[in-house]
Amino acid sequence: MSDHVPLLEMKNVAKDFFGNQVLKDINLTLESGQVLGLVGENGAGKSTLMKILFGMTEIQETGGYDGDVMLNGKKLHFTSPFDALAEGIGMVHQEFSLIPGFTATENILLNREPQKKSVVSEVFGERLNTLDRKSMKQKADGAIDKMGMHIDGEMVISDMPVGHKQFTEIARELSKEQLKLLILDEPTAVLTEREAEVLLESIRGMAARGIAVIFITHRLQEILNVCDKVVVMRDGVIVRDVASKDTNVSEITRWMVGRTVDSDTQMHRKPPETRTIMSIRKLWVDMPGETVRNVNLDVREGEILGIGGLAGQGKLGIPNGIMGLYSAGGQVTFDGKEIPLNSPRTCLDSQLAFVSEDRRGVGLLLDESLEWNIAFPAMQIQNKFLKNYLGGLIKWRDEKAIADVTRQYIEELQIKCTSSRQKAKQLSGGNQQKVCLAKAFALEPKFLFVSEPTRGIDVGAKALVLDALKKFNRENGVTVVMISSELEELRQICDRIAIVSGGRIAGILPATDSSESFGALMVSKVV
Amino acid sequence: MSDLRNADAGWQEQLANAYKSFGLPRLIIAGMLVVLLIAAPLVGANFWMQITNVINRFSWNSVLVLAMVPMVHSGCGLNFGLPLGIISGLLGATISLEMGFTGPMSFAMAIAIATPFAILFGIGYGWLLNKIKGGEMMIATYVGFSSVSFMCMMWLLLPYRKPDMVWGYAGTGLRTTISLEGYYDQILAKFLQIRIGDLVIPTGSLLFFALLAFMMWAFLHTKTGTAMTAVGSNPTFARAAGINVDKMRMLSVVLSTWLAAIGILVYQQGFGFIQLYMAPFNMALPAVSAILIGGASVNKASIANVIIGTILFQGIVTMTPTVMNNAIHMDISEVLRMVVSNGMILYALTRKTEANS
Repeated sequence: MSDHVPLLEMKNVAKDFFGNQVLKDINLTLESGQVLGLVGENGAGKSTLMKILFGMTEIQETGGYDGDVMLNGKKLHFTSPFDALAEGIGMVHQEFSLIPGFTATENILLNREPQKKSVVSEVFGERLNTLDRKSMKQKADGAIDKMGMHIDGEMVISDMPVGHKQFTEIARELSKEQLKLLILDEPTAVLTEREAEVLLESIRGMAARGIAVIFITHRLQEILNVCDKVVVMRDGVIVRDVASKDTNVSEITRWMVGRTVDSDTQMHRKPPETRTIMSIRKLWVDMPGETVRNVNLDVREGEILGIGGLAGQGKLGIPNGIMGLYSAGGQVTFDGKEIPLNSPRTCLDSQLAFVSEDRRGVGLLLDESLEWNIAFPAMQIQNKFLKNYLGGLIKWRDEKAIADVTRQYIEELQIKCTSSRQKAKQLSGGNQQKVCLAKAFALEPKFLFVSEPTRGIDVGAKALVLDALKKFNRENGVTVVMISSELEELRQICDRIAIVSGGRIAGILPATDSSESFGALMVSKVV
Repeated sequence: MSDLRNADAGWQEQLANAYKSFGLPRLIIAGMLVVLLIAAPLVGANFWMQITNVINRFSWNSVLVLAMVPMVHSGCGLNFGLPLGIISGLLGATISLEMGFTGPMSFAMAIAIATPFAILFGIGYGWLLNKIKGGEMMIATYVGFSSVSFMCMMWLLLPYRKPDMVWGYAGTGLRTTISLEGYYDQILAKFLQIRIGDLVIPTGSLLFFALLAFMMWAFLHTKTGTAMTAVGSNPTFARAAGINVDKMRMLSVVLSTWLAAIGILVYQQGFGFIQLYMAPFNMALPAVSAILIGGASVNKASIANVIIGTILFQGIVTMTPTVMNNAIHMDISEVLRMVVSNGMILYALTRKTEANS
């Protein structure tokens, strides 16, 4: 076997960005038909490694890389993604690179469309060939079939749910006949659990056809389910390269973070039997993609209530509607008083707070300092961090108080930043999420909505965020309603979990119930 | 060792950042101003007179540039509708004169009368801008220009009667320029004026600008000012924090319009004339480019940007004609002014997304 040549081999690959070493001594091999799971915390160097492999121009622009990348024993040095594509490497990026106004078929075959010659093109050249719609459809459908998930080839991308967009991207890569190696960068991050399963199934299908797959994800169970081997990265080096059958989730987690993250040691307390603090009746919310149809829900004082469900079923609409960010109707009573809907201000005045799932759009002032981000709502709503002059006529910003409170939260939530005056946009996703939490904590609310608090952040930050929420609930007696697509996460910290399906509450179960019963609720009323 | 390296990298980065935030256009213009200052005595122009001119022009224009700040902060972009505020100022000025006020009183009354007009126009203008979020700067330009055209008719039709303001032969309709002698010509400039040889400093005008600039700075440090900045930075964030976004934007437009009204009165007292009809038409672009040269972007502006920008822009505009005329006996100042002001606006707009202050 000594003369056997692997499909992909990386030898001593290293990369630095202006003296800042981000990759070092990377050695890995991959055979045809193998699935390699690549895991690591954000910033571990996974993306950089894939950029090198895919020949992204930013690698060249920042001084290239050291070491060798070999495909079928041939040393390669890509200068642009086109070289990589020509060699049969495909990549599905985290951000969608699709044209919203085109159909799935058009996107899948973009720039590789089968063409028909016509009189005009015979005269004026190939550029005037017409598209052969019929064989385009055949080819696209072929690629979609290969994937095993059915999506409508005629549907325009902008009308698609987020999962289907992801599948369209994968189909595009699969439609390339010379494809030998496919890189999937967190393809399941936006998928619901069921869609993710379909994707995993199609990865197995690809591998069976001899395509090698590099699969990057934060969901470790997926890696174990589908991959042949797992490569764990930490701080720019490969810390483990093992067959996935020889390991388990907690082991991988430990390698990733270099410390023990015990997720299952949480002892579930008995759900508090307290009075109802918020009761929601006949709530409807017109939030695009997350329509709430008729929600009736009672939240008990001091509990952590989870709201779960499949994407698009309306779980996100509930907090957004109650907090007045999308138009809503129905009746919401909080602490004995009715809360008028469609008015963010009155909700905040009643000591409700909301951490939005849309961190960059709603949650942060990206261009302002952390101080502003954290202190702003408390300043505007509760007149905190202000000095009054002329009998309250002039309300002057108290910079010192703002800096103090910001520093306090930076410490408490371990926000990684250069100073409290750093701009929010310069932080990583996990730290931005912590800033969003700090902003809500600074309001000292009685009741907190947290929407998708761990979306797109790594394992370490995730544990910190969840712990902070739990601590906030336990120590300050704040009622927390947490909305999340990840059931496991809800089961970790919630007392009870309500499952939303079809814009209604399908049922409420204690967090200790089995996954199967939650699963059954999730699909019970899907529309 | 690694600490040392980091510190070193930090220093270089800081320098690079400083250069980046200062920006190439500003560097070129500042360099040009320095060259002009050095060249002035060499080509036989009086250096101190040049400095006096620059300070004078600064004192005339600075309040108009300051008027840009509130709308930039609230995310309404650059106030290309400045002529609307200027018209409020002109109404204040002409009505004050018509009512027979003279001396310092005429200036005070001009401000007092301009204020309600500015608030009224500002509310209407703000209402319009709230209807067309995202396209503010384009609509603002139209508002400015159309209001100028409308007032061209009104200056003729409004029943002004005062002999030194109306056309001599017809007895109705305001003249294109009205002399302010005996009214508020140099009223601020002469206050505490300092003369050292050829250098004349219009202390009063500078103090008046300093007062307004301080008030603006102070306002941005209050709760309401903070809310206004947040609205400009991320309207959705502000709304989620319970801020009435439309109200904040409206307030910024009213403030901007009022400052423009005051700005034109300050300009008039320095210049010595009220200019009507098409004159306000050409006031917005210099003010916009001045604040951009000062380092402001479409959504960030500070008082420092106003001061630096006005000095640089007005410096170039005043120095070029004298120095160039003395040197090559050819007047290219107007061409240069157009290139600088329009070029600066174009530059700023192309860099809208990456703007950083």
